Amino acid sequence: MNALKKLFGGNTRQFGMIFALVALIVFFQIFTEGRTLTPGNVINLFNGNSYILILAIGMVLVIIAGHIDLSVGSVAAFVGVSVALMIQDWGIPWYLGILFGLLLGAVIGAWQGFWTAYVGIPAFIVTLAGMLLFRGFNQFVGKSNTIPVPNDFQYIGSGYLPEVGPNTGFNNLTLLLGLLGAAFVVFSEIRSRRKATALGAEVPEAWVTITKLILICAAILYATYLFATGRPGTSFPIPGLILAILVLIYGFVSSKTIIGRHIYAVGGNRHAAELSGVQSKKVNFLVMMNMSILAGLAGMIFVGRSTASGPFDGVGWELDAIAAVFIGGAAVTGGVGTVIGSIVGGLVMAVLNNGLQLLGVGADLTQIIKGLVLLIAVAFDVYNKSQGKRSIIGMMMKNFSRNSESRPEETTSTKEVIARES
Amino acid sequence: MTSLDTHSDPIILEMRSITKEFPGVKALAEVSLRVKAGEIHAICGENGAGKSTLMKVLSGVYPFGSYDGDIVYQSEVQQFKDIRASEQAGIVIIHQELALIPELSIMENIFLGNEPTRRGMIDWAEARIRSTELLARVGLRENPDTPVKEIGVGKQQLVEIAKALNKRVKLLILDEPTAALNESDSQHLLDLILGLKGRGITSIMISHKLNEIEQIADSITIIRDGKSIETLDVKADGVDEDRIIKGMVGRTLESRFPDHEPQIGETFFEVKNWNVGHPQIQDRLVCKNSNFFVRRGEIVGFAGLMGAGRTELARSLFGRSYGRFISGQVYKDGRELHLKNVKQAIDAGLGYVTEDRKTLGLNLLDDIKATTVSAALKKISKHNIVDVDKEFTVAEQYRKSLRTKTPSVEEGVAKLSGGNQQKVVLAKWMFTDPDLLILDEPTRGIDVGAKFEIYGIIQQLANQGKGVIVISSELPELLGLSDRIYTIFEGAITGVLNKEEASQESLMKLMTSARKTA
Repeated sequence: MNALKKLFGGNTRQFGMIFALVALIVFFQIFTEGRTLTPGNVINLFNGNSYILILAIGMVLVIIAGHIDLSVGSVAAFVGVSVALMIQDWGIPWYLGILFGLLLGAVIGAWQGFWTAYVGIPAFIVTLAGMLLFRGFNQFVGKSNTIPVPNDFQYIGSGYLPEVGPNTGFNNLTLLLGLLGAAFVVFSEIRSRRKATALGAEVPEAWVTITKLILICAAILYATYLFATGRPGTSFPIPGLILAILVLIYGFVSSKTIIGRHIYAVGGNRHAAELSGVQSKKVNFLVMMNMSILAGLAGMIFVGRSTASGPFDGVGWELDAIAAVFIGGAAVTGGVGTVIGSIVGGLVMAVLNNGLQLLGVGADLTQIIKGLVLLIAVAFDVYNKSQGKRSIIGMMMKNFSRNSESRPEETTSTKEVIARES
Repeated sequence: MTSLDTHSDPIILEMRSITKEFPGVKALAEVSLRVKAGEIHAICGENGAGKSTLMKVLSGVYPFGSYDGDIVYQSEVQQFKDIRASEQAGIVIIHQELALIPELSIMENIFLGNEPTRRGMIDWAEARIRSTELLARVGLRENPDTPVKEIGVGKQQLVEIAKALNKRVKLLILDEPTAALNESDSQHLLDLILGLKGRGITSIMISHKLNEIEQIADSITIIRDGKSIETLDVKADGVDEDRIIKGMVGRTLESRFPDHEPQIGETFFEVKNWNVGHPQIQDRLVCKNSNFFVRRGEIVGFAGLMGAGRTELARSLFGRSYGRFISGQVYKDGRELHLKNVKQAIDAGLGYVTEDRKTLGLNLLDDIKATTVSAALKKISKHNIVDVDKEFTVAEQYRKSLRTKTPSVEEGVAKLSGGNQQKVVLAKWMFTDPDLLILDEPTRGIDVGAKFEIYGIIQQLANQGKGVIVISSELPELLGLSDRIYTIFEGAITGVLNKEEASQESLMKLMTSARKTA
């Protein structure tokens, strides 16, 4: 237990959820007799869920800031249909289409951000209205028709890394990506360890770091192997690549930049943030706007994947994205959550979905199970909030960190202080 | 009826050695209180002395078992498990923040939770008859259907009393009933309380307005630092305001403050004719024509009772973060400042440590290092990217220099004790390197040892040539720390005393009365 605590404890709270994800994968791998971890299935899983995961990235920021966005499905659909029409009617190239789609997302986001941040209407209401509004726009603009998109546009939704270089029996680019990823993880871990030592901060023992690195690298390389050995023509999917880049960017922004800090500050305690000089309205505006841009991107990827835009694209996406974020450890009251946690949360849902499908469980039962998973995850969160813990992950870590509960001394006696002063 | 019992036993309530502890703090230590039937009994004490806690014990907010000692009410030991239980016994508490629902009508509020029913349905006809009757008893001439939000605070207070009367109250507890009322509303309320006394209703009243207490109370129990100090009989003992103040503040100043030689420089910060309106209520001023100045290296105290407008003044200066700005000028180093938001205030060299650490001062989800740098992220960032190594180094520096007790700066601030939390907040503002630091109740809820350390930090800041404003309800703290003390009463500055001329009595006088000298 103690070893596990060291391995997964500390401030990396995501590990609790990663446990759940790994357990889930192992469970399905056993019960589907190996059909879960096949190249084809894993590629499918990524292709079919990347747009939800992209939404989850935006959604976690919205939820950290203390809001919610119900309109993402409709926004995605509206952007999707607009771009499809534009390419079809005006014959603009695919990249201009994408640019236009992102721009449209930004405009929609500015609209919702304005009402939320500057007028002060709860985001729930603003985006509930947006959900109706942009669904309506989608069907109005597209006249409820299916609008096909050309092949080069489809690439962002259903493309794969191309085959280049010598024939190694693997997809070379995927292989390269996997190796780079593993190297990056090792490099950054060593670097942060070295810095921490230099600053005199606590560092975990060497074996802890090494074991952790081995486990992570093994996972990355195994995933690489799966992606690189798919049936000919498939490899690491482009939506997955876009997702990976976004995770890196947003992970960095949320944890390492001033605006990222401000988002957490506003969600954690808006008054305290304002009295520390944070311009909370601006933060709220940006967060809402960003969400709609990502929703636009997700919509375009989906259109690319399904080769056409339709009137019912994106129905129910908001709920999947919100579920992913909450399962990933975000708190209902804001201030808590991580990008990577939401991705893991989204993957939990995706694996669950996929595994149950492989097992031949019907859609009815699948929904029931997913509903229960979400409910239990958030119930833990709320329960822990009342116990002064932070989230489901905090709860999962509790068993590992019971011994390390550090209670600072409450009182300092005056005498002691005076003695020290003199 | 019950009047027979009360005649046979003149003591309606006795609280015997009540002790109530919160984690780390003893709020009440062996407090005793004896209230005679049919009297108006005032409880006096400074903020934080334990008055409200005592009333919460009595009314069952803190249930039986969470405190030590006995409550004897109507000759029986009571074990209230919640407010409902105490209300059934006829004890009703009216809190400082009124418990009315603004959207509901007067009638609905009076009967809330107590609705007269007939066959499971609310009997509105009955309710109307009874509410008219109750309103007449409290002297409120309003239509029972008027929404509560449409009547003033003074009338709302009367609705609260009507609600209490409806519960067949025998012992009415009023917590600062006149705090939010103007003169004439206050007088009306006091008359009403006297009238209730005439009908045999006993009242316990907590108030800071000593003149009111002198006017209507029969006896006074003084509480200080969680202990009951004395009970005075107003008529027999010939009690006046000075006598009450003496009881309230009578403690000695030992070496509760580090030695400090002030090095006071020239005036660098000045506020002129500062007027600020209440954020919601039109035509109500929270700062009335305030003028004051701060010199370099000076610790300036602001004394005033809770709600006098100290915090409002500070926050309105700090980037207009409170109220509606009406008029006034702020000068720093000879230049006029126009601070429209907190960011500008921080950039101009102002810092403000909030009164309420947990709701306004800290993001309790953050760790120590993130909190330390949160008001000056720019200082540790390049191209808007936070240098987490610098963050750690800075936090570590402050942890060492302020002696914050924590295993590491990566610990969450929620886990720290009050004193250590306050040190983290101080570190946060020290890191912004302000020229003027405003500290609002810097030692509230902090134990004695940590207070001493925080005083030391404040003095150090002054020695660096910064101006420090300390707002505090604790007069000994202001007297021990400040070089000069302003007093505030109802939004106006009523006086300024140098360290040498200030005493608790002289301050208390200025804090509780309108301006005597211009």
